[in-house]
Amino acid sequence: MNFNPNSTFLFLIAIIIIIFILAQSLFFLVRAYRRGKEIGMDAKKLRNTITSSAIFTIAPAVSILLGVLTLSKFLGLPLPWIRLSVIGAITYELPAATSAASALGAPVSETITDPAVYSAIAWVMTLGILPSTILVPILIRRIQGGLISVRNKDSKWGELLINAMFLGMISAFMGMVFSSIRKGLAGWIPVFVMLFSAFLMAVCGVLIKVFKVKWLQDYALPICMLGAMAFAAVITPVIG
Amino acid sequence: MAVKSYEDKTHYYGKLWIWIAAAVFLLVPVSVCVYYNAWPPFVSVFKGLLGVAPIFWTVGAIEVITFTPMLGTGGTYLAFVTGNLTNLKVPCAINAMEINDVKVSTEEGEVVSTIAVATSSIVTTLIIAAGVILLGTLTPILNSPALKLAFDNILPALFGALGVVYISKNWKLAIAPVLFMAALFMAVPSLSGSVGVLVPVGAIISISVARLLYKKNII
Repeated sequence: MNFNPNSTFLFLIAIIIIIFILAQSLFFLVRAYRRGKEIGMDAKKLRNTITSSAIFTIAPAVSILLGVLTLSKFLGLPLPWIRLSVIGAITYELPAATSAASALGAPVSETITDPAVYSAIAWVMTLGILPSTILVPILIRRIQGGLISVRNKDSKWGELLINAMFLGMISAFMGMVFSSIRKGLAGWIPVFVMLFSAFLMAVCGVLIKVFKVKWLQDYALPICMLGAMAFAAVITPVIG
Repeated sequence: MAVKSYEDKTHYYGKLWIWIAAAVFLLVPVSVCVYYNAWPPFVSVFKGLLGVAPIFWTVGAIEVITFTPMLGTGGTYLAFVTGNLTNLKVPCAINAMEINDVKVSTEEGEVVSTIAVATSSIVTTLIIAAGVILLGTLTPILNSPALKLAFDNILPALFGALGVVYISKNWKLAIAPVLFMAALFMAVPSLSGSVGVLVPVGAIISISVARLLYKKNII
């Protein structure tokens, strides 16, 4: 059978997966929203959470779309569309596809025409990421049980522990921004962008707390992120 | 019969959805193999997996342990199906809880985190779907040099704004892991490709510092 990585069959599979993801997300969204109202949370606040989360998501989602386009030159559209709409990220999918292709001696610079290579890549991409999904139902009760027992013993330390974990994640990504500074001034661009984003957030903080611009609270993060990305587009041609 | 709490029901539905999701994910390569009658040699898949599985299975397990306490029950079940945790779901949930001034350990925090992750998953899915449908129209825009420069810097743009909020609130906790990570990445720039592995390292450092400062009553 002739193989086309953009065949109708593969698009149909992608559409089924997308519908599944939307159904699951909608199920959890409606359930959480109803629960929020049941326990007396302000419906306006719940709606604002939906709006601000949606706006925050736009830029990272476009970035994920760029990842789909990058992989599509090699794998066609449906498989990257599936892989980046479910558990996974471009930082994982690209090495997984490359690793499988090299095991079969297939070049990654051309669109795949061999169904056996394509299916091997699909298997590696799927099996490589699946443990993080199936570990959740296995471990979640134990992790939460451990946290509850920490909180029961010392609630302040329980809160500090979660803050420390999040700071650990932030510190890894902030540290990564410094990885290119040895390349000269152009290598400092990510650092300048990070500092500019932090500066914008500080300005937003003053506007919210001192000047009581309350609406800004819900949208400060996406505004700072987009502002810093625009800043990157402006300074890179000047510096680089 | 005992009435199940919201939390218990979330676990029940979460497990149901996540096991179905795992089966659905596996059906993708299976249906490709069946439809095209193209079962790959086991050795090829094994060799391909060998290149990525040791690192990604480890990172996956660490991510479950690290992010579950930050996302709450519903958020965790959903985020580990829809993916893109560090660059999207976790910051989105944390930001939403911050705006609403709720903690993940409370039921309000659980509701807000789940709403944030679910909304983010829906919007991401719709944007990617729209991008795929409008590919012809969008490709020249998405490939424009200015947009590329902007998106090349999306992580510094995200973590700069997010970082300043959390570091200013917990600066005593933040100094050690931030300085350590900056020094590490300056010394070994090639590590930027495996930042996921360093998230738990950063977490261990900040937890150790937090414990030390807490014991000494400094925080």
